Amino acid sequence: MDRFVFLLSTGLARGAVLALFALSLVIVWRAARAVNFAQAAMAAVAVYAAFAVTAASGSYWLGLACGLATGALLGAAVERGLMRRLPHRTPLPGMIGAIGLVMVLQAGLAIAFGPEHRPMRAPFSERPFVIGGVPVLSPYDLFVLATAAAVMGALALLFTKTSLGLRLRAAAFAPETSRLLGVRVPRMVTVGWTLSVATAALAALLSVPTELGLSPHAADLLFVDAFAVAVVGGLDSPLGALAAGIGVGMLSGLVTGYVSASAAPLAVLALLTVVLLLRPGGLFAAGEARKA
Amino acid sequence: MSTLAFCDLTVGYGDGAPVLDGLSLEVPDGAVVALLGANGAGKTTLLRAVCGLVPARGGRVLLGGQDLTGLSTEDRVRRGLALVPEGRSVVAELTVEENLRLGALWRHRGPARTRAVAAAYELFEPLARRRASAGHTLSGGERQMLALARALVADPAVLLLDEPSLGLAPIVVAHLLGVLRDTAERTGLTVLLAEQNVTGALSVADRGVVLSLGEAVADRPAAELAADPALRHAYLGF
Ligand SMILES: Nc1ncnc2c1ncn2[C@@H]1O[C@H](COP(=O)(O)OP(=O)(O)O)[C@@H](O)[C@H]1O
Ligand SMILES: [Mg+2]
Repeated sequence: MDRFVFLLSTGLARGAVLALFALSLVIVWRAARAVNFAQAAMAAVAVYAAFAVTAASGSYWLGLACGLATGALLGAAVERGLMRRLPHRTPLPGMIGAIGLVMVLQAGLAIAFGPEHRPMRAPFSERPFVIGGVPVLSPYDLFVLATAAAVMGALALLFTKTSLGLRLRAAAFAPETSRLLGVRVPRMVTVGWTLSVATAALAALLSVPTELGLSPHAADLLFVDAFAVAVVGGLDSPLGALAAGIGVGMLSGLVTGYVSASAAPLAVLALLTVVLLLRPGGLFAAGEARKA
Repeated sequence: MSTLAFCDLTVGYGDGAPVLDGLSLEVPDGAVVALLGANGAGKTTLLRAVCGLVPARGGRVLLGGQDLTGLSTEDRVRRGLALVPEGRSVVAELTVEENLRLGALWRHRGPARTRAVAAAYELFEPLARRRASAGHTLSGGERQMLALARALVADPAVLLLDEPSLGLAPIVVAHLLGVLRDTAERTGLTVLLAEQNVTGALSVADRGVVLSLGEAVADRPAAELAADPALRHAYLGF
């Protein structure tokens, strides 16, 4: 039982980060109908920026802020400079463009900072609290959970309660109708990319200190799991990203603890397969629209 | 002044022959003009070209003397143009209230926006009862009401409508056209109404223009057009 609680609680923190990264994929999917295969490499660039600023200034928080800003700017720049210029009739040019971008960014990072893993320190202790003899979440885990919850809450408010959010949603669902209502749809797509990559950068920033350290590939595994999470939840559904993120995080935690770490990705793949067979649109896919 | 005019408008799809070839028409300030014609006459193409949704190969579109040619759709809308497109243009994923607010966003801020949305509910009672319902749960009639209300909420100078009566029960059509006529009389709105429902359209219009294979083959006062059986027969098929 103690072991179960411990594994669940570590899975929870990992799940929150997964949910955040998956949410970033959902945001860009809704804004541009594109899966951004460069999300991990772009997030890694932002983490390097944070790392460099923290190293130079000695402040984790300044680094965090710069990392988020880098992610946001990079998102806007990639949308304006690359994605917008590709043909949109099929998804293929966007995918190939993104994969090319991954190669350029990761090679660029390796040239600039070297290919080795650099340790990144967490701003809080990673030693778990022990409650009744059971090790549970660490102070850093709590920080991750609180940050992820706050950011997801803020994004939910932005999308559902503000007029920018209304424009973002309308432009994603019905671009032509939105233009007829005066919404500057191309600008909304840029805003979507900006929000998305900043969110992905935050998820990567939160996860790197708990992993092997910073490298150009530091966010790759996170992306793979988060992509599975986004598909399981339904690419269109922010709520799906949250629920599936927590679910997959806990599932991997339990499988890692009771079976082995190498079985965890298989468990995630098995879950993905089952969901795709039973509900191809994802668990939280929207229902059918009224036809008459 | 909100006269809508287009001169020598040429529009086509792909490399095909033009659907509209050098069409010119003027809808004077405050006029309600019915654009009549059978399926495939080019009504939808014309309205979409005026809004910039279909690129024109040549010609100009003027709104109150201002040249709209070359502007994006959203900028044309921000100059006072509004289109209620063919079919169900309600954003199905948004609620009635959100659809209306979306229509008002660029035009009104703060309390004025709330007032504009409230005025839309007054115009269309059934929408007020469904304000929190998602667009995809509305009936066809409610959707068309919402599409019209959402266009009016931005106080456009010129309103284009593409077959608003298509597929709706006669009583709903009568209500929609009634609201349209009252609004045009009250506010001096300029209206270009594309319809196959000739009787309905001519009952609210001052003037009727018959489009056939991309050309304006008749342009007469509405009453005259409605009373001319030969013309009706030749171009409108009844
Ligand atoms: N997207 C399109 N691509 C190619 N041809 C089109 C397209 N839309 C309409 N057309 C053609 O343009 C002509 C006029 O159509 P349309 O403007 O829809 O007429 P209406 O609205 O009067 O029924 C028709 O011959 C139609 O086949
Ligand atoms: Mg048509």
